[in-house]
Amino acid sequence: MRVKSIITFSIISSFFLFSLISIWKILSTLQGIELKTLNFNFYFLSGIIISFVSIFLSQKLNKLFIVIILSSVFVLIDYFINSSLPIWHYIGTFLILLFFVNKLSKYNKKHFSYNFSAQIIFFDFLTLFGIIFFSFVILFPFYLMLVTSFKTQTLLLINPLDFSIDFTQNIKSLFKSYIIVFTEYNFGKYMLNSSIVSIGTVIITLLLGIPAAYAVARLNFFGKHFLSTSILIIYMFPAIVLVIPLYTVFSQLGLRNSVFGLLIIYTATTLPVAIYMLQGYFKSIPKELEEAGIMDGQNWFGIIVKIILPLSLPAIASVALYVFMIAWNEFLFSLMFLDSPSSFTLSRAIQFLNVGAETPRQYLMAGSVVVTLPILFIFVYFEKYLVSGLTSGSVKG
Amino acid sequence: MSNTLSKIEKRTAYALTLPAVLIVFAIVLFPIFSNVWISFKEVQLKDIRIPEPRAKKIVKSVKNEDSKIKIIYKLRNSSLIQDIRNIKFQDKFPNNVQPVNLDERCKFISNKVQCDFGDWSKKYREQFIIFFETKNGEKIDKKKFKLNKPNLKGKADNILLTSDFTLSNFKKVFTNYEFKDLLLTTFYYTFFGTVGAIVFGILSAQMVNQNFRGRSFIRSTLLFPYVAPVVALAFTWELLLDPNSGTLNNLLLNYNIIDKPINLLGQKYVSIFVFGFEFKLRLALTTVIIFEIWRYFPLAFLFILARLQAVPKELYEAADIDGAGPYTKFMNITLPQITAVISILFMIRFIWNFNKFEDIFLLTGGASGTRTLPINVYEQGFSIGDIGMGSAVSMVIVLLLLFFMLIYFKLIGKRANES
Repeated sequence: MRVKSIITFSIISSFFLFSLISIWKILSTLQGIELKTLNFNFYFLSGIIISFVSIFLSQKLNKLFIVIILSSVFVLIDYFINSSLPIWHYIGTFLILLFFVNKLSKYNKKHFSYNFSAQIIFFDFLTLFGIIFFSFVILFPFYLMLVTSFKTQTLLLINPLDFSIDFTQNIKSLFKSYIIVFTEYNFGKYMLNSSIVSIGTVIITLLLGIPAAYAVARLNFFGKHFLSTSILIIYMFPAIVLVIPLYTVFSQLGLRNSVFGLLIIYTATTLPVAIYMLQGYFKSIPKELEEAGIMDGQNWFGIIVKIILPLSLPAIASVALYVFMIAWNEFLFSLMFLDSPSSFTLSRAIQFLNVGAETPRQYLMAGSVVVTLPILFIFVYFEKYLVSGLTSGSVKG
Repeated sequence: MSNTLSKIEKRTAYALTLPAVLIVFAIVLFPIFSNVWISFKEVQLKDIRIPEPRAKKIVKSVKNEDSKIKIIYKLRNSSLIQDIRNIKFQDKFPNNVQPVNLDERCKFISNKVQCDFGDWSKKYREQFIIFFETKNGEKIDKKKFKLNKPNLKGKADNILLTSDFTLSNFKKVFTNYEFKDLLLTTFYYTFFGTVGAIVFGILSAQMVNQNFRGRSFIRSTLLFPYVAPVVALAFTWELLLDPNSGTLNNLLLNYNIIDKPINLLGQKYVSIFVFGFEFKLRLALTTVIIFEIWRYFPLAFLFILARLQAVPKELYEAADIDGAGPYTKFMNITLPQITAVISILFMIRFIWNFNKFEDIFLLTGGASGTRTLPINVYEQGFSIGDIGMGSAVSMVIVLLLLFFMLIYFKLIGKRANES
């Protein structure tokens, strides 16, 4: 039991060490450092040695002492294997080792005599590995997007792995891609269009959606049940089955190629989900409050504005943010309905850049950062509301 | 009394819902029904413009005659395939001028020339000329003639509203040798995309459902791919995976893991040898599925995490007392608690992945074996320009979708009955 646990422990922890070091090496390689091998054997072996040493020394020596000694020894060996690397790379390796050995030192001999100790250790390290793996995999494309926008085409052709940003250059040449994207490619106009469409969609959707959701939640009328179920069904119909009829009809009516036409479509496609989300919330508001309002002689307008709205501000905020996100990110309709650059939204403009001949990739990525940053900023800032919007709106994507 | 109250209530309800219902009806329901209509018609993209009579006005002075002017109208039928009936023409001219030898189809009444051109067949063209002279022989002012534009009106059939129907679109869809492949690709993409997203959702939720520093940071980070615009993400992935200058291939080459670059988005098959047997993996499709999983597992994560946080702690404590290990706890406590969420998630994600258009369109455009049904709608309708065919394919999508929804709502109903 004990031997098996110890062996599992050392193997798993060495895999963990290897993956940590590999991620760090990949990041270093992308700073233009020449690292030609991940050296699996070496790191795996040293991982096993470190874990054994840590287990058998843990009760004899001070914990801090072991952590520092083991890390330093490892980094020194690493230095002899990959010499002539910049100092920050070794500092990073050292910090990773500190973290790793610190995690190891939590396990002493006692841990290995429990039931299921191998499993517990496995799950512990799997969790750690998972957290690091997921963050890396998620963030890496975003990182790539950001750093590419600060490079130039020639530099990327010379060494496609060197994403280091030269901070010594002046600000104008550092942000050159962004300046060009906004001046030559007219992204200011597209940003304005995107904002108009998204904010307009939010406003109209709320103006139409709140009364309708109130009626569905509270009032009795013929067709109510039909309405509330059809909301969900309509919501599940994808844009791609609407696009051909809408394209033909909008062409004949001359509504294509206008921001206004897009606004109508976005409103119609987001209304069902807005109503669905809002009516669920309205139902949770106590009815007595409205009855008191009726006693005071309020009509439905008064009830909605004076009673329902103030009580459901958080729900309205999450619907608004969710609708904003859908409208801001929407692609298919903007592709089909916008032909002339003056009416482009950001998404459409970036696609146009990509299709258009040989746009340097740093401009493409600068454009992508421009369209991504606002929505990520909103997400981080209003996370609570947007997450609740994502969960109750749930099915769209 | 109560009768009138309920009447008022009904009237209010209709007033409140009507605007929303109308706009949704016009933009969502109406297109779904007109899809049925269009799918039974032979319509090309170039036919959908309603034909209209057009006139280009050219004003020319006449040599040696100051008081005369020549006006040429280049008349034509804008459509190459349809006739226009009963065309009326009108143009306004300055005071003090009169036409010379006016065409017999036209009349000159109070400074206006009004003509009745009758019917124009398709591709019709005509050069129509009017001469004008001043009544008192003064010099004519050319600029004044250019002020007005001629006004033409005519009746034409809207090709969408004619009553000839055909089954040929559906015949073409179902007899196309690619149709089976198309369905297979769609289901492959949908199924593995959904399952992958849910598996990664479970894994990540299980991880975040533990106490560690930076937990809330990880939680918001994990949602980034779902929140960010698909255009930006797809192009970033294209750069990442590009065979020549892409970061991934260069990294793998740099570490000598591969010998030559792999075209992850442009290669249809890759051969894999397992125990001497050759397997053909659909490479581009797999890459697209991985992108799909990467982008949508956050949603599964969010749902499963919410459910996990609601699992009572006592269950795990009891399991500890019974001497259960982490694996047993996961299989016997965690999984049964989240099966309900997973089955609903599976249906929802299945339906949405089935409809997914943007992701594949932006990554591969449907090339190298990644053409799914929604991509086919776009290709038929707008790349090839056969609107009728595109509609027929989207009808196939609608029918399959209705079938999935039926299952979904049955499932939800069953869940509602159980709880």
